[in-house]
Amino acid sequence: MAEAPKKPAAAGGRAGTKKELPEHFKDYKHVWVFIEQERGVVHPVSWELLGAGRDLANKLGVDLAAVVLGAPGGGVKEAAAEASCYGADLAYIVESDVLTDYRNEPYARAMTELVNTYKPEILLLGATTLGRDLAGAVATTLLTGLTADSTALDVDTDGSLAATRPTFGGSLLCTIYTLNYRPQMATVRPRVMSMPDRVERPLGRLIEHTFTMVEDDVVTKVLSFIADRESDKSSLAYADVVVAGGLGLGSPENFQLVRQLASVLGAEYGCSRPVVQKGWLPAERQIGQTGKTIRPRLYIAAGISGAIQHRVGVEGADLIVAINTDKNAPIFDFAHVGLVTDAVRLLPALTEAFRKRLSASTSERIAS
Amino acid sequence: MHIVVCIKQVPDSAQIRVHPVTNTIMRQGVPTIINPYDLFAIEEALRLRDKLGGQVTILTMGPPMAEDTLRKALTFGADRAVLLTDRFFAGSDTLATTFALAAAIRKIGDTFGPVDIVFTGKQTIDGDTAQVGPGIAKRLGLTQLTYVSRIADVDGEARTIKVERRAEGGVQELATKMPCLITMLEGTNEIRRGSMNDALRASRAEIVKWSAADAGIEDTAKCGLRGSPTIVKKVFAPSPRATKATMVEPGDATPAEALIAEIFKQQPELESKLMTLARGY
Ligand SMILES: Cc1cc2nc3c(=O)[nH]c(=O)nc-3n(C[C@H](O)[C@H](O)[C@H](O)COP(=O)(O)OP(=O)(O)OC[C@H]3O[C@@H](n4cnc5c(N)ncnc54)[C@H](O)[C@@H]3O)c2cc1C
Ligand SMILES: Nc1ncnc2c1ncn2[C@@H]1O[C@H](COP(=O)(O)O)[C@@H](O)[C@H]1O
Repeated sequence: MAEAPKKPAAAGGRAGTKKELPEHFKDYKHVWVFIEQERGVVHPVSWELLGAGRDLANKLGVDLAAVVLGAPGGGVKEAAAEASCYGADLAYIVESDVLTDYRNEPYARAMTELVNTYKPEILLLGATTLGRDLAGAVATTLLTGLTADSTALDVDTDGSLAATRPTFGGSLLCTIYTLNYRPQMATVRPRVMSMPDRVERPLGRLIEHTFTMVEDDVVTKVLSFIADRESDKSSLAYADVVVAGGLGLGSPENFQLVRQLASVLGAEYGCSRPVVQKGWLPAERQIGQTGKTIRPRLYIAAGISGAIQHRVGVEGADLIVAINTDKNAPIFDFAHVGLVTDAVRLLPALTEAFRKRLSASTSERIAS
Repeated sequence: MHIVVCIKQVPDSAQIRVHPVTNTIMRQGVPTIINPYDLFAIEEALRLRDKLGGQVTILTMGPPMAEDTLRKALTFGADRAVLLTDRFFAGSDTLATTFALAAAIRKIGDTFGPVDIVFTGKQTIDGDTAQVGPGIAKRLGLTQLTYVSRIADVDGEARTIKVERRAEGGVQELATKMPCLITMLEGTNEIRRGSMNDALRASRAEIVKWSAADAGIEDTAKCGLRGSPTIVKKVFAPSPRATKATMVEPGDATPAEALIAEIFKQQPELESKLMTLARGY
């Protein structure tokens, strides 16, 4: 991926000349989604990607394939069957003991082998720690392009994958192409794409690939895996209601106001990036391009300007409510409901008003 | 122990503007800093050197002005700094960047002694891809250890290393062999201030400057824009929503009540949802 977008390729650059795809890439067909599963548990980003991959495959008139790697009997076949319910036409699977725990070496090798054998034109992975670790290694081995953290995927008129992502600085997006190399690779963060509906249906085809790597070939050994404690996991990404504060709140103490509102709403709380950089809240609370992407039913942003890196992390929310003193703040360009006021003064009143309203409706319910 | 740390000079965050007509990024006048994530890599490398002996070489690929960044890194106590700079590198995407950096690391090994560990930051704040580390590892055939939160043990004799790595949903404890490439997780250490001596040394130090040819790169078609499989086709501003935000104008009600009324007007089913959620607490 263009690591620092310099400038759009001028006419006369490769995009202008529309150089033909080299002959040996012409038989690269179909869209693949890497299904990330560990210990039989599939990361939901994989289903989200199947939704996005389905659209691309339909536009191109090709198949959508799921790729599942793992230990024999480690839930690989189950995940492949499940992938069908989220839109996959077929699945490529590799079952091997060396794929029991995620390790870069065997996973990158297996993935590279699959690509070289079955030749997909598009390969999508989740931008999780696992997905990024794998994607970077696979793209370099295949010497192809990779667009990290895409926020939109589309097919251009000539059939190229157009992957859009925010670019640094200003409130801008850029669209990136991999014109003359295959496969075209992209990663997408969890929650960026919406979850497709699950429809029960049998898998079209299951292609089992034989993998010859054995444990002695793998240099890295997993000594142990210490799962995060439940209490340490913030469920920000999957919360139904999120309240967040930005630099506009002015001090770390004022985040108490955000927490109080969140608590009355049964919500999770979060913040913009500078709040983390100042050390007011821990990194896991950051929302946006380099933090969590959220898709709640209600998002309340207080004292957040709405820079593009923040916007892409919250745009999937059903209802965005913005509280900001500046009526020209960019957040009002994408919020549904706005209120121009001092958030530090409003938040306590809002907490109290919600408390009253919700307890009133609760007792109404009980009475009726 | 010879450790190479890759760092990048980046514009100080959100201070960049885009030219309204040409849509090109205007970097002029924007202050630059060491990519903040790379400071964790530098500190970890220095700690290993202090413990085990050896040397730390800092490497960056960038324009001549990236020398400032290297000098800054030397004030922390790094032993040597290499600037890889050439017009052939302009417009590199991650694949082209890793091609150049891998060549430079090979050359560093040949010139100053075999490299045991290469460090990178988790990601940059401008490119923001987290791909350069894995790319370098693959090109050099190094064991790839990303998102490392702790280096538990290094055995220089046996050439083995044990690390803890942030994985999805937990921490993996890994044992592997050197040479390896480590991308250091943020918040894992705190960059030292550096001594007066190091500051003095840094101001006088000779920065090693290599062109593509100096780094042993013959095929310049693999560098820069020509060597980049990805291209940025367009840069654009996001479009505002078709319908503007409804701005709440509190009339007789308090602002808080007016806001709540508007929320439930737009999403009536939210009220019962909120009640169930609120009761859960
Ligand atoms: C590579 C990269 C990645 C990034 N990733 C992220 C990311 O993941 N998440 C993220 O959030 N940002 C990210 N950023 C930073 C982003 O560009 C913005 O700088 C950031 O979102 C701004 O945070 P903010 O809105 O809290 O602060 P500011 O931009 O300073 O805005 C503060 C806002 O508060 C308002 N305000 C002031 N006082 C009050 C008050 N009393 N009541 C109400 N409103 C008030 C102001 O009008 C202003 O709009 C990234 C930047 C880069 C370059
Ligand atoms: N031009 C460069 N010169 C040296 N190191 C770099 C360069 N670009 C990226 N890196 C390293 O690679 C890491 C990941 O960068 P990125 O893939 O851009 O997010 C950074 O933290 C740096 O350590």
